[in-house]
This record gives sequence, structure tokens and C-alpha cells, in this order.
Amino acid sequence: MTIQFNEETFRDDYTFKNSDWAIQRFPFPFHEDSYMYSVNMEQHRGGPEGSIYEKRFDVDEHYVAEMRDRAMVLADDPLRCQSLPHMTLAGWDLLELIMVSKSEDYPDLFELHRDGDQWRWVNKPLGIDDTFTFLDETTLPYGPMEYITRQAQGDFCVLDQRDDNLWMDAGTVTTQADWSLDFDIGMNFFEWHAPVPLAHEKGIFVRALKFLLNIQQGAPARRLNWTMTVNPLLDTSPENYHKWGVQKTTLTPENIGQKQHLRVELQTFFRLPRSNALVFPIRCYLCNFDDLMTMPKWGRRLHRVIRDLPEELATYKGFIDNRPMMLDYLSKFDDGLPTSPGIWPERETEPALNT
Amino acid sequence: MSGAEKIDVTVTEIVPVNELVTRFKFERTDGGLLPTFSGGAHTVVEMKDGDITRLNPYSLMSDPMDQNAYTISVRRDDEGRGGSLFMHQKVSVGDQMVISYPVNLFSLDLRAKKHLFLAGGIGITPFLSQIKQCERLGGAWELHYACRNEALGSYVDELTSKYPYEANVYYDDQKQAIALEGLLNGQPIGTHVYVCGPKGMIDWVRATAEKLGWPRETVHYEEFLAPQPGKPFEVKLAVSNKVVQVGEDESLLEAMEREGVDAPYLCRGGACGQCETRVIDYSGNFIHRDHWLEDDEHASGEKIMPCVSRFEGKTLVLDR
Repeated sequence: MTIQFNEETFRDDYTFKNSDWAIQRFPFPFHEDSYMYSVNMEQHRGGPEGSIYEKRFDVDEHYVAEMRDRAMVLADDPLRCQSLPHMTLAGWDLLELIMVSKSEDYPDLFELHRDGDQWRWVNKPLGIDDTFTFLDETTLPYGPMEYITRQAQGDFCVLDQRDDNLWMDAGTVTTQADWSLDFDIGMNFFEWHAPVPLAHEKGIFVRALKFLLNIQQGAPARRLNWTMTVNPLLDTSPENYHKWGVQKTTLTPENIGQKQHLRVELQTFFRLPRSNALVFPIRCYLCNFDDLMTMPKWGRRLHRVIRDLPEELATYKGFIDNRPMMLDYLSKFDDGLPTSPGIWPERETEPALNT
Repeated sequence: MSGAEKIDVTVTEIVPVNELVTRFKFERTDGGLLPTFSGGAHTVVEMKDGDITRLNPYSLMSDPMDQNAYTISVRRDDEGRGGSLFMHQKVSVGDQMVISYPVNLFSLDLRAKKHLFLAGGIGITPFLSQIKQCERLGGAWELHYACRNEALGSYVDELTSKYPYEANVYYDDQKQAIALEGLLNGQPIGTHVYVCGPKGMIDWVRATAEKLGWPRETVHYEEFLAPQPGKPFEVKLAVSNKVVQVGEDESLLEAMEREGVDAPYLCRGGACGQCETRVIDYSGNFIHRDHWLEDDEHASGEKIMPCVSRFEGKTLVLDR
């Protein structure tokens, strides 16, 4: 299908919206009526047609607006994109991976023409048509990682692998759930996860690292993660907390359905061939409560998950103060009927809300 | 499924390098391009030898950027269990084989200001791809390569003619040896050292570097162990509820695979840690041969690496 790109903003007047198509394919992250951390990894090899799992790098109606927002963040704060000197080869790996994937998966939007090291890249939605020499940085307007991540939705962490650990040595991070690349740059896997509650005690990170170190070429993996965001903000960074943190206090029973968004990250993991580094794309999807409630199954389940979530997690995810108001809203969409297993909305078979 | 992704290939060239070593070239059977890889990566080659399927890892020695073909060099081991003999005696040009995607357990540390390569014998192969990577991307390197004698010096001529300043060769039979202490002491700050060769050489380099104060993370090594034959033994697999006899010429991992147990693996040489298995109960002695577990883990009787380690005794029960 041809994608109709939205004219929308993720700041100031917040004109971001999801079409019916985007709501139906929203990656609802709860496969059952409760939530606890797990290393919920699966192979990233396609998925149901039209779902966000289908392509290696999902492109949707928000693409052009998200790239415009990223350019604004980078103009204000260049440190959101950093690459330590030894990570340039990994940047070329990432550029190749994204260009090859997008041109194969969306041939009507992207083209890649290769003649040896002479490459021509056409990005129709963004109006880009560039010719450059592969592995020669001087032929691109930015370093290879920055060049391609200005044209790809989601954040990108490029992790060096050495000493049986992963190191946050490069990345472009402008749509993050309250963590900072500039703070984490150069840290290893355990260091940058230090603030996460409960998971260390459960041994989650030791097992997750072991899994990630063994991700091999040709066998990418994926998982979902989630949090809550008031207003459709992509840039919820510590650097800008003074701008968005206060917005959490603007929630009222009248506006919560429109303002409160479930924020879901599709996290994928690819081994990069030339550098042996690992790239960790974190793609953010936002959906407000009113839109989520159009799926009866999601309404029932979200209420139960938020109600039963351990206090530490609601605090860490930053919505402990707003939880009572969220539950007042969500309880109206939970009639106590059972839900079917799995994340898919099952619109055809799930009963309508019993009011 | 265990192991890395598979690729169907055709053997397109077989070249005897010397009395012991033969080089094999693989191209994709469907005519497509092979994945690029990083210097130091290996591939696992599947060998269908009668009823037995052997999976042996070999370092890729071709240019990592060349997607048309992969090459490996196989040293014939007359005392081994037959994998290298199969390659030497039963594989012909035109044969179709299955190999794995490249897996790298010996990659360059790209922070290094200089890469110092120390090779012993067939341990030269991962350095051949790493040298090509350095040459392509501009990394400083130096090679010190110890061989038994001139006749068995695989790729010596190619290396010394192409890289007369970087490549240094030592022949055992001429009583030449790497002057290791002086070599290590003379390196600029930021140098990383990589060693691939027999166990004794790896131990010597690691111990010398440690004695001279080299940081642990600047010393890299790779030694693929071939599983060794041993006395047959019996193992009970608790999860799959099977009792399996491990034969004299097969590894514990191979015996589990033969019985249809999907056991994880990557390197099959005791290095990567992927096949680590919990021991539930045992009465007897372990013959640990891996590089993965620490000494105290070997002594604990709680873990075994079934790709290379064996067991002698009455009872062995594994969590698999």
C-alpha cells in the first residue's frame, strides 16, 4: 500500500494523531492481564501482513513528521547523536542494513543503486537523492550513522561487543523514555541498566546480556517494552525534563483520554557484519487512551495491568501520581469479561464492552 | 533451532597448500552473494560422513568484503576423529555442502591503535581475514608467525612478499622463536595482541603479557579444540527423558544431536559458552576440556560443555 504521511507535530500544539489503520496495528504490549519483566525475546523475521512486525524497519504514516522532529532535537542539542571514533565501521554497517532493508521492503519509497563502492540512495518521502562512496565519510554530509538515522524512525544504539559485554559506544537518541545517550555513552550493559528496579534481583540482565552477545548475523531478535507519556511527545529526555515533566500535572478527568498515551517500544537487535557490533533500534509508538479503548480487549486488559502493577514499576515508569486518575478512566472499560491470550486486538471475536 | 543460520554452498575450488593443509572455496549454490563478515569470524561446516553428521568450525580466511566466495584452510589431523580427513579425502569440486553464517568469537578490538598478531601453525587462518580487513580500513598491524618448517609454512610466501615489513616468520626446525618479551615491551601504548595457535603458545603469550603488565582486555586469543575421542559413557537427559550412549569417536553434543535433542551450540570448540549445560547428578569424573568455564566451575561438578568435554563413571544426569 502507499502510505499517506501525516502533517503533524510532537510538540507545542501536538497535532499528532493515529489513523484507524495506525490504531489497528498499534503494538499493544501486554499478552496477558498482568505484567512483569521478562526477557521476552523472539526472532525478528516478519509477522502478520500489515503489522509492525512485518518489515525489518517499519515505516508508517508518522515517518516524515518524526524525521522533522528529530532534526529539530539535533539542531538544539547535537550531543543526542554521538559515535566514538572506533564505531565508524559499525555506522557504515548500519547504513547498509537500513538502506538494503528499506529499498527491498518499500521499493516504492526507497531505492538503492550500487556499483561497487559507488552508491546512490533515493528517499522519496524526504526528497533525498544522494550519491556517495561506501566507506568514505567525506562523501556524505554527516557520519554514516547520523546520515542514515536522520532518515529512520526510532532511536538507534550501536553497541560495541568486547570482553563478554556490550558497550554503548554510539547512537542517535531523540525519542527516548527518559534516558540520556550523553550520560550513558561508553557505559557497559550493566552500567547503563543500573537504574532499573527489580530486574537486577531477578537476574534478568545477566540472562538478557547472554542472549544478546549470542545474536548472530542473519538472525535478528525483537521484544516490546512500554511506558506512559502525557501528550504525544517523542522527546522525553532527561535533558528536556524541565519542559515535559511538568506536563504530567496537566492531566484532568476530562482530558485524560486524549492526553494520556501508552508509549510502546519495538526493540530489535541485529548483528552488524563488518564490525561485529550489535545495533539496537528502539522504535517508539504512541497511542492515546481514547483510541486504545476502541479495542474492547485492550480496554479490559490495560485496566487490569495498570491496577495490578507493582508500585516500584509505576514509579520507575513515571506515572505513580497519575495512576488513580488513570484507573478511574480505565475501569469504565473493564466489564470483568475474560480476555483472549496474545497481544492482537481480535476485533472480530472479542465481545463488545458490556455497559 | 540451534547454531547460526545456514547457507547452501558449492565447493568451487580445492587447492593443496602443502603436505598437511588444503584450501577449500565455497560459493552460494543459488548464485547469490554471501554475507560480509568481520575478520576473525568462523563458519561451521556440515559434513555428512555416512551415518554421522559432523559440524566443524573453520576460520574464514578470505577477504571479509568479498561476497562472492568464502575460503577456509583445513589441516589434516590423522589422529583426530575424522572431520579433517573427510574434508581432505571425500570432498570434491562441485559438491554441495551446508555451512553456517559467519560467527565471530575473535574479532578485532577496533579501539586498538595497533594490532599485534601472533600465529602458530594453522592458527594463521583468522589473521588472514583480519589482515585484509586492516588493509582495507587502514588499521596498523604486525604479524609474527611460527611454523614447524618451511615446507609446512602455509601462506608464508604470499604474506612475506606482499607485506615484507609487517609479516615476520619463524621456523621451529631452524631454532627460530618469537622473542616475545622484547616484542611486547616494544609495542606502542594502545596496542592489542591477538594469539591463535596451539594451547601452549596461547598460555605462553597470555602469561607473558600478564607478567609484563598488559591489561587483560588487550590480550585476545582463540583456540578451537577439536573434540577428542575417549571411552564410551552413558548420559541421562532429564528434560528430554532420554538415556544416550556416547560413543568413543563422538562428542557428548553430537550424541545428543543424534538422538534428536535440540541442544544449543555455536563454536563446537569449547570457546563460546553457548552449549553450557547444568549437571543434575553424577557419580564419576569429568574430563573438562573447554576454555569457557572457570577452574572452580570445573571443580564444582555443576556444569559441563558437551561440545568438547567428556565423562568417566557410573551416572551422569544433565538438565537437557
